[in-house]
Amino acid sequence: MPSDDYKQYVAMDRLPSIWCPGCGNGVALKALALAFAELEMPPDKTLLANGIGCSGRVGDYVRCHRFHGTHGRTLAFVTGIKLVRPEIKAVCLLGDGDCSAIGMSHFVHSARRNVDIVTIVINNYNYGMTGGQFSPLSPYNVITSTSRSGKAEPDIDICKLADLAGANYVFRTTIYHVVEMKNYIKEALGKKGFSLVEIVSPCPTYYARYNKIGNIIKQLEWLKDKFIPIEEYNQMKDAEKENFFWRGRLTNRDLPDLYQHTRRSRG
Amino acid sequence: MKKANVAINKDLCKKCAICVHFCPKEVFTIDQDGYPLISRLDKCTGCRLCFLRCPDFALEVETELDD
Repeated sequence: MPSDDYKQYVAMDRLPSIWCPGCGNGVALKALALAFAELEMPPDKTLLANGIGCSGRVGDYVRCHRFHGTHGRTLAFVTGIKLVRPEIKAVCLLGDGDCSAIGMSHFVHSARRNVDIVTIVINNYNYGMTGGQFSPLSPYNVITSTSRSGKAEPDIDICKLADLAGANYVFRTTIYHVVEMKNYIKEALGKKGFSLVEIVSPCPTYYARYNKIGNIIKQLEWLKDKFIPIEEYNQMKDAEKENFFWRGRLTNRDLPDLYQHTRRSRG
Repeated sequence: MKKANVAINKDLCKKCAICVHFCPKEVFTIDQDGYPLISRLDKCTGCRLCFLRCPDFALEVETELDD
């Protein structure tokens, strides 16, 4: 495989990026660019849309079409783009706060409508850009800037939520599992309808420091140890499940997407 | 057996040392400034995990078939 193909999608002249050393956003961007290159997607027919937050800066470093939406509303804008220009392959790259807090309703309804968007959620379990506050996806009882003695609220599993809402493809992986991440982003890009790829990412500046996980190396090892394949996870007893998270493919189906529904209703 | 060449761009490297710790063959060590140093290139198998895990596009691995 030629190794330089991915560079046509990455704005190498704008690097180095603004992210902290070891941040997972760069790894996810590289996996996405490699997936684009392997599928030979033309940059003029590819859209990368971002929300607000650390992950929202990914759009600054790409060479395909890019769109920077308002906080949480990116999926609503891209729904409009997809209805007008259905030939464009749209990828929405959101953060966990962006997608699951302020943009939760847009997320659920995009999945329900089954809009043809690949949604990549980079989940670092907190709001990194504003100082490490907890998000709805931060696990129960973790330390963040706004929960100094442990987060009191339960968290939500957006993969299961997207599955219930009607998404065609749902996958969860982590920044540690890089090859798996690239392969499944590629698989999601080949699907019609709403695809969700949740990528659990390290935040060495806030999450790892507050929760005494340690530096970036320790947090990647933490991801390696804690995230186990979904088949293995389902066979565990409930008491054991509390200490682990699952990764793997939850949903893969071929329901008609919003564009097909719209065409049909017009006759 | 693959022959590989690793190149590090110090202008992009942020010294996170992910490549140093997660290389299966321990090809890298850390130099006195904190940058990764390619000290055992002969052990490199060209798996490109360091390239895939580098968050800052600072690492390139070139592999060529050599049999």
